[in-house]
Amino acid sequence: MITSQRITYAVFAVLVTVAALLPKLNLNIPGVLPGPTYTPGTQQVLAYAFLIAALALSYHLVFGLAGMLSFGHAMFFGAGAYGLAIILKRLLPAELPSGVALLIAVAFTFVLAFVVALGVGALALRVTGITFAMVTLACAQAMNVLVRRNTGGLTGGEEGVSITSAMVPSALIGVRNSVNLYWIALAILVIVYLATVWVESSRVGHVAAAARENELRVRVIGLRPYTVRLFVFTAAGVLAAIAGMGMVLLQSGTTPRVTSADFTLTLLVIVVLGGVGFRWGAIVGGLVYTLLDKRLSDLASSSLIESLPSVLRVPLSEPVFILGMIFVLIVMFLPGGIAGVADRLRRGAPAGSSLEEAGEANADTVLAEPEESTHEHQ
Amino acid sequence: MSTVILLLLTGVGLGALYFLVASGLSLIYGLMHVLNFAHGAFLTLGGLLGWEVGRRVGDGTWTGLVASMITGLIVGALFAVVTELLFIRRLYNRHIEQVLVTVGLGLAAVALFEGIWGTDPIITNKVPWLRQTTTVLGARIPNHIWLLIVVAGLVLLAIVAFLRYTRYGLIIRAGVENRTMVTALGIDVRTSFTLVFAIGGAAAGLGGVLASVYYGNVSAHQGTSMLIYAFIVTVIGGLGSLTGAAVASVLVAVLQQLANFYLGGTGDLIIVLALAGVLLVRPSGLMGRKLA
Repeated sequence: MITSQRITYAVFAVLVTVAALLPKLNLNIPGVLPGPTYTPGTQQVLAYAFLIAALALSYHLVFGLAGMLSFGHAMFFGAGAYGLAIILKRLLPAELPSGVALLIAVAFTFVLAFVVALGVGALALRVTGITFAMVTLACAQAMNVLVRRNTGGLTGGEEGVSITSAMVPSALIGVRNSVNLYWIALAILVIVYLATVWVESSRVGHVAAAARENELRVRVIGLRPYTVRLFVFTAAGVLAAIAGMGMVLLQSGTTPRVTSADFTLTLLVIVVLGGVGFRWGAIVGGLVYTLLDKRLSDLASSSLIESLPSVLRVPLSEPVFILGMIFVLIVMFLPGGIAGVADRLRRGAPAGSSLEEAGEANADTVLAEPEESTHEHQ
Repeated sequence: MSTVILLLLTGVGLGALYFLVASGLSLIYGLMHVLNFAHGAFLTLGGLLGWEVGRRVGDGTWTGLVASMITGLIVGALFAVVTELLFIRRLYNRHIEQVLVTVGLGLAAVALFEGIWGTDPIITNKVPWLRQTTTVLGARIPNHIWLLIVVAGLVLLAIVAFLRYTRYGLIIRAGVENRTMVTALGIDVRTSFTLVFAIGGAAAGLGGVLASVYYGNVSAHQGTSMLIYAFIVTVIGGLGSLTGAAVASVLVAVLQQLANFYLGGTGDLIIVLALAGVLLVRPSGLMGRKLA
């Protein structure tokens, strides 16, 4: 057990080191990356992928660990993004040195995200199952409406909020410094990963997993699933907000898209693509989805696609269509996602034989519980 | 006074539109416990193909409109049946995967429609009469509101009659009540699954055509935005309850219109708050019985 844990730590350390050194190397994977890894363009894409992976990881806590199907997780990402951008742009005096301003803004956004996540969680967790999904969807929708309506003249309506170079330290501005943003994004991913590991291996994490599998038994033991779920929900919300803050720095601002229902659905797609219930599945899902999305967009405008008859050209030039169909196929034929397949191969079991394990087992229990109680009432 | 009447009647008209989407959602959830995220795509395709057929048969004439409505019905039903047979059926009793598949289908379908018809709304040509207004108690009501109310009323009557007076309707009602028992009695409920999807899809496809009349345009995104309202309506009305969906559609739409006018365009926010309120006070919705 200890040795396997050591191997995990070693693999983790090696992966982080390699990722941190990438901008200094001349690596090029044609068809996956837009260019060699030392170019700013590639670093931007990778940084974006890291942040999406961090967000997916935080969603893994809610959906994979605690088994709560939330349709509102993008709300916290949006809270982090909008919180940071608004505090930086509109609330802090311009005379502050940019580094101090950024630190203050990050601290306040942290508190804001915590309060929002705690509030929404306290409200939504009073119900379970599909009703919980709907309440979270409604809360996210309310936030989306608030943001789009330019509430209080703060959120900038459809255009969003953009931050200018005066508000952040100069080391984070410009194409030359995109390597710093890359490292920040990587650091956020590592922080979120470590926090996820900590939550999952804590007693709270174990109770959350137990409540996912069988809420009644957890209650009988004398534990309160509500408190535990609220903790996990809030922690995941704060972690999502951290990823959102990174996105503001990376993209110099934020748009209402990050609070939309479509964005949450994309997140769901990412987690399922990577494999529900696997921590590294969420990361791989985030990376694969982002890179595929970018590559497919490039492919759509390529001459190869242009020359095809329209029956083929139209579907192939819509990345979301391709990703959506891949997602549907994965749900239907590879229930464990990428991580599930890899896990099965590693265990040496023939494909499809261990459906009960991992992702499959997780995913099934999410809605099973309210259904059971439905039948009891009849 | 005339403003209130105008708001109430346009609210009912919008509610009619919501009902066409929500009725199918509610029936599908009630019988199969699937929250159908692809329902918006049924509506969008119905609206788009309905417009394509309608303008070829007779742009801006009654014949054209009837042709688009029939097209919408058929297209919606076919799309829904294909979805059920190809995707939902294979994941029998795995509710979470069924929801995920509809999520993926919804995203993919909208992207495909964008590729074919573009991202911008396409302005449609209306029948001249529908562009005029009728004066009721001093309020000038746009005529298309009557069309929406009449059609949605007919759909409601048709579905109620089907559920009450046919054998399949009986099975569906029993299935919503207790599916395990129906199966135990040796009745194959799977036919009803397809049937419920067909009915829901047809109503949504028809809703797509009517939405193009109401908004004056068709677009690849119409269904997606409508779907969120329909979800809210379905949950407020009580998942699985057709009457609940009908009542909640009108309530939600009227509330939305009133808030938009009197509270400075806060209609969307008010109905979301209403949803949160209803769920916390009465998690099963206004007319739902089940669901813990």
